[in-house]
Amino acid sequence: MKLAIKLAFKNLIGAGLRTWLNVIVLSFSFVIIIAARGILVGWDRQAKNDMTDWEIGGGQYWNVNYDPYDAFTLADAHAPVPENFIPEIENKDMVPVLITQGTLFNQGRMQSILIKGINPDQTLLELPTNKLDTLIEAIPAIIGSNMASTNKLQLGDYVTIRWRDKNGTFDATNICITNIFTTNVPTVDLAQVWIPMENLQSMTLMPGEATILTFRDKEKVREDTENWKLMTYKALVKDIEEMIKTKSVGQAIFYTILLILALLAIFDTQVLSIFRRQKEIGTYVALGYTRGEVVGLFTIEGAMHAILAAIMGALYGIPFLAWFASKGITLGVSSADYGFAIADTMYPAYSGALVIGTTIIVLLATTIVSYWPSRRIAKMNPTEALRGKLQ
Amino acid sequence: MEDNLIIKTHNLTKRFPMGKSEFTALKGVDISLGTGEFAGLIGPSGSGKTTFLNIVGSLDTPSEGEVIVLDQSIGNLTAKGAAKLRKEKIGFIFQSYNLLAVHTVYENVEFPLLLLKISANERRKMVMDALEWVGLLDKIKSKPPQLSGGECQRVAIARAMVKKPSLVVADEPTANLDAANSHNILQTMAKLNEDLKTTFLFATHDEKVIGYLKRKIYLKDGKVDKDETV
Repeated sequence: MKLAIKLAFKNLIGAGLRTWLNVIVLSFSFVIIIAARGILVGWDRQAKNDMTDWEIGGGQYWNVNYDPYDAFTLADAHAPVPENFIPEIENKDMVPVLITQGTLFNQGRMQSILIKGINPDQTLLELPTNKLDTLIEAIPAIIGSNMASTNKLQLGDYVTIRWRDKNGTFDATNICITNIFTTNVPTVDLAQVWIPMENLQSMTLMPGEATILTFRDKEKVREDTENWKLMTYKALVKDIEEMIKTKSVGQAIFYTILLILALLAIFDTQVLSIFRRQKEIGTYVALGYTRGEVVGLFTIEGAMHAILAAIMGALYGIPFLAWFASKGITLGVSSADYGFAIADTMYPAYSGALVIGTTIIVLLATTIVSYWPSRRIAKMNPTEALRGKLQ
Repeated sequence: MEDNLIIKTHNLTKRFPMGKSEFTALKGVDISLGTGEFAGLIGPSGSGKTTFLNIVGSLDTPSEGEVIVLDQSIGNLTAKGAAKLRKEKIGFIFQSYNLLAVHTVYENVEFPLLLLKISANERRKMVMDALEWVGLLDKIKSKPPQLSGGECQRVAIARAMVKKPSLVVADEPTANLDAANSHNILQTMAKLNEDLKTTFLFATHDEKVIGYLKRKIYLKDGKVDKDETV
């Protein structure tokens, strides 16, 4: 094996330009695959981090009637916060959120919104809720930048909101925009108005009640409790994982095509090598190799393209990928367009598993396409091969 | 089998398919070759010389008859067994040298020893000895494309001889060489035959080679026509 590797390496280097062309093409595949997969890993990480920071913390309890995809459930999706959660809330390790449907009236237009009540002194989520802790004539409210731009709202604007209390009675009041925050998480931004919890509880006649309880500690063992369904962190990020998985499939098709093009070049080289190097093959056999060993030698030779490509890819790929990771890629889409957490600039992330996994995939694929044409050697008549007479 | 016999064939027949029919290259050949012989198969193209060498060299198998080489029946050898026989006991010299182009002279000569897993120190000594026999010590770092035809064939001889095989088969070794180079390499081989008692079996129709042979086996149409010992 050691001899075969040494010999294969020597033959490969001896083949000159042909080898280097293949290696360059294959190294492009390496770097592009790692870069592309790095974007997805970075996206996954960024999306989860943003969702954790802005919305889901370490997990949530949902009122059993709450369905985020069905606004009609909101009328019934509230219940008193269980007593046993109060210490966690007081320690700021849990934050209750009350959600109700409402309408925002601005510049003669009306827009359906979700009014969300949250404690201004919470520190669990990134929402700048401290801006709700202010004394002004109207109810203080914070909104996301997408919401602000959609409704042409600015800091300090007063607008009217309307809602129904728990008995179904409509009421309306003015809110004042005390902060416009920027986030990559559309589910805390689009068509949403955040106001102090006490105000909303009072407005809806639901004192001490909430729709969602977000907690900090992901690791703590928890269970469903009366009226409250446990939504683990894993369950809450499932959608984003599914989305990224879908994106991965699309991307995999792209880099499979790229890899196939590189492998085609290697396949072609192997076919040509076997045709052009018949005498050499015959010589190996005459010197004491079995035909199987020559097949092995040619397979190793082909597979070594991947090793050289990995080395070459590392030479220019590491600086490039490091630069790419620091500069990121501007996607030209906003989270509002996408519907879930996506940053304007995506920063790829590369893990050891990603690099090693990609290397193994490329190495295996290269070995297979190298072995495929090399099998022909096993059928060669060495006496014909020695004379280079095979067609 | 007699002790000093290297090759013994009995009724050796080799047929090749040619379309729907068959071409018989060897027709019941009986040849015995002893240790230290310097023999040649002489005959025109198509007489069966190379076919005989290929079978004796365990690169091919007989269609009929028995071929014993170094106590091994070629017809019964497995692919691995045949490879082992070639690796350990048979050296090959080809008309077109068949050197590994990307390797240096040293590496080409070293190659059979690597297959035999000989230690690095011993290998080095054996390679240097072999290169000394053929007078190429000053070319060890050159690669085949940098050598003349004569030098290439001398490298091929060194490669064939380095493991001190019992048998060397040489197929038209001078066909691509001029007269001076032909004599040079033939003298080298004759001396190695004298010094190491290695059996040489040539396939040739070159008069220069024939002049050096101690035994001349004439083949005609796949049969032994004449067998002369000088």
